[in-house]
Amino acid sequence: MSPPAKRPPPKKERVLRDGPDLTGAELEARLHATWARPKGLIGWLGSVDHKEIGRRYIITALAFLALGGLMALHMRLQLMFPDNDLMGPGLFNETFTMHGTTMMFLFAVPVMQGVQIYLTPIMVGTRAMAFPRLTAFSYYMYLFGGLFLWGAHFLRFGPDNGWFSYVPLAGPQYGIGKRADVWAQTVTFTEVAALAVAVTLVATILKQRAPGMTLARMPIFVWATLVTSLMVIFSMPSVALVSGLLLSDRLVGTHFFNPAEHGDPLLFQHLFWFFGHPEVYIIFLPATGFVSEIVATFSRRSIFGYPIVVLSLVATGILAFGLWVHHMFATGLPRVGYSFYTAASMAVSIPTGLQIFCWIATMWDGRPRLRVPMLYIVGFIVTFVIGGLTGVIIAAVPLDLQLHDTYFIVAHFHYVLIGGSVFPLLGAITYWYPKFTGRMMSEGLGKVSFWTVFLGFQLAFFPMHIAGLLGMPRRVYTYPAGMGLELPNMLSSIGSAVVAVGVLLFVVNMVKSFAVGAEAGPNPWDAPGLEWAAASPPAWYNFAHIPAVESRTPLWDAEDRFGVVHGLRVDDRELLLTTVISAAPDLREPSACPSIWPFIAAVATAITFIASVFSPWAVAFGAVPVAIALIAWFWPKTPGPNAEPQIT
Amino acid sequence: MIPRPTFTEDLSSLPDHAYSYRSLTWWGVVGFMVIEGTGFALVAAAYFFLMSQEQSWAPAPLDPPGLVAGTLFTVILLLSEIPNTLVKRAAHNQELGAVRRLLPLMVAVGGVLLVIRGFEFNSLHVLWYSNAYGSILWALLLLHTLHVGTDWVDTIVLWALMRTPHGETPRRFVDTDENALYWRFVWLSWLPIYALIYIVPRLFR
Repeated sequence: MSPPAKRPPPKKERVLRDGPDLTGAELEARLHATWARPKGLIGWLGSVDHKEIGRRYIITALAFLALGGLMALHMRLQLMFPDNDLMGPGLFNETFTMHGTTMMFLFAVPVMQGVQIYLTPIMVGTRAMAFPRLTAFSYYMYLFGGLFLWGAHFLRFGPDNGWFSYVPLAGPQYGIGKRADVWAQTVTFTEVAALAVAVTLVATILKQRAPGMTLARMPIFVWATLVTSLMVIFSMPSVALVSGLLLSDRLVGTHFFNPAEHGDPLLFQHLFWFFGHPEVYIIFLPATGFVSEIVATFSRRSIFGYPIVVLSLVATGILAFGLWVHHMFATGLPRVGYSFYTAASMAVSIPTGLQIFCWIATMWDGRPRLRVPMLYIVGFIVTFVIGGLTGVIIAAVPLDLQLHDTYFIVAHFHYVLIGGSVFPLLGAITYWYPKFTGRMMSEGLGKVSFWTVFLGFQLAFFPMHIAGLLGMPRRVYTYPAGMGLELPNMLSSIGSAVVAVGVLLFVVNMVKSFAVGAEAGPNPWDAPGLEWAAASPPAWYNFAHIPAVESRTPLWDAEDRFGVVHGLRVDDRELLLTTVISAAPDLREPSACPSIWPFIAAVATAITFIASVFSPWAVAFGAVPVAIALIAWFWPKTPGPNAEPQIT
Repeated sequence: MIPRPTFTEDLSSLPDHAYSYRSLTWWGVVGFMVIEGTGFALVAAAYFFLMSQEQSWAPAPLDPPGLVAGTLFTVILLLSEIPNTLVKRAAHNQELGAVRRLLPLMVAVGGVLLVIRGFEFNSLHVLWYSNAYGSILWALLLLHTLHVGTDWVDTIVLWALMRTPHGETPRRFVDTDENALYWRFVWLSWLPIYALIYIVPRLFR
């Protein structure tokens, strides 16, 4: 062993730290100088601020929601009348594929992760995400994936095999052209992004919680984020793998899914749904986190049955991995397989049911205020319970075989996905909007848009149950007259237009309130969580001093005494790391500065991914610029090993 | 109003770096190891799924992969844990000299392994486009090669970094420590893959 290396002597300069001697305006100015990003385009592209990245995620996802929604309206126009010829079958195929792919991969997961990126650090009381540059990289990967999909659609080679792109239809034999490759590579983009975010969220939650915020005091939304991120980590490799295998079958002639060479198309379905089912809960569990936060705030009491809610989240997360085969009942399974997956599918409704009872009990025992966020929660409970019930009944194999691939299924999953996720999301946006922007959304317009969305939704999707029971298959571009399908389809089309008006009103409310909404102040709802102790919108550094937490509802219990710890460096980006379970202070670690390299790495990766759709050699050639960008990203930028940043 | 702060604990004396699960880097590395490990497990599941389509495995008349290159690779890979442990320990003790001496050894080992890996592809006795069996064997080997290659490049960069004055910072020792941890993942994940490529096709002929 060599002797210990010589280290330069410590510098004499005074290291600035927050504390009783450095607080208030001077501290805030110095923290601002340390944590604000550089101005200009490069600074904007190089931002590693979780609030900026979260906001970009949310806005981009809402833009994709609008695009996916337009696809839905287009389909509803086509289906409004029997034997309609607004769209041919080819365009209809592309439209429902773009709708599903956009909603699942470019809206639902990213919007939840965007909110998680924004809220998690301020909810746990830290200054930044763990691995902030990875978070920045993930956003660009997501954005480029979405642009690739929609670029291909506008250039008339968008995917047209449905959002799960089954083989053999999407395989090399039948999926001619590049459409299926575009789908597969879009999936790769979004998986890279989602996985990167999941790792950063898990690390942030487990290591950066404010001192005293033990696991048992964590906000429910943070629990939901932790469980979902772990689910992303365990499920998304499956879809990344299956899209990779599909590309390889299509591009280099492998036979994973080719029965003629002893591959198996069912392997695709297994791998896809091993991701696809947890995906539903990856979208739904963050929404339950929203619900728990909103219900507690507007009922003026902490959530009833905190341990039950947390254990339900964990149980749902685990059970979600045992259900995927219920998407494949119609493929033929061993009898014991039917029984097991039926039982598992019914079992997952138990923890969800427990959560619903806890929310109702919280409202029952509290003093509920029916403000707009709370309205969305009530709308969620009603709608989700209906969707959940149809889910339980189609877990029964005989009924599933009857209803598989009909509009009954379309109705079911829109009830659970829109009712279960989008309603809570709209409530959450209204609830945290003052935190995001510093202004309140209009209550009156909010109520109008809630009722428009809620009633429009029921009008659009309830008749689909009927159409499905009458035998209307999903994914058909038209239907003949005289089969009793005219009325349900007409009602659905009218309903979808009403939903669109409601969403438009919501967006108008967002835009208008951004300009002229009432000033919010840090805690307009009198909510208990740490995020409401930060300014609205939060400063670059989130908190001037890191809070010290003593309960689950710190702001309700604070009264005049809001405990904080101190001693973090002010002249450098420094984070407080705490222990995993008890959140005891453990380390001070630096946090990465803004950098343009994650953007450049994402551009290089995007070019590689897109080129590899056309030639497998792109992977080899593209690896070089990707590696260069990654090395530049990781290489330390400080002039010397122990140089202190100078702030004057 | 933002509540007025009441100062409690002074944390300025906390350390500014630590190893293993106390550092953020460890959590990042472990997160990616779990992702990649899940990926390997799923490829293994696909392997057995495809195996159930065949009467024999390797499917007749194919020969199972030749053992020489794969076994040599495995032996060297397992032996590489000796210098890897030494690097890890040196990094933990912040012995810059030892780290600077041992990292090039790890780079050399990685280079040799990648060359042997080339021969492994050549000894599979099947091409990726021959049948599903060939496809899954190539997939397993390619995915693992990606890991060896990534860690090899990573180790080269780390070696270059540790030769600069940056190498004297404690956090770079943490990086070295975690890089050695990742190498353990690379060889641990190889053992089941070795069994799938070289042993299982001999058991079910």
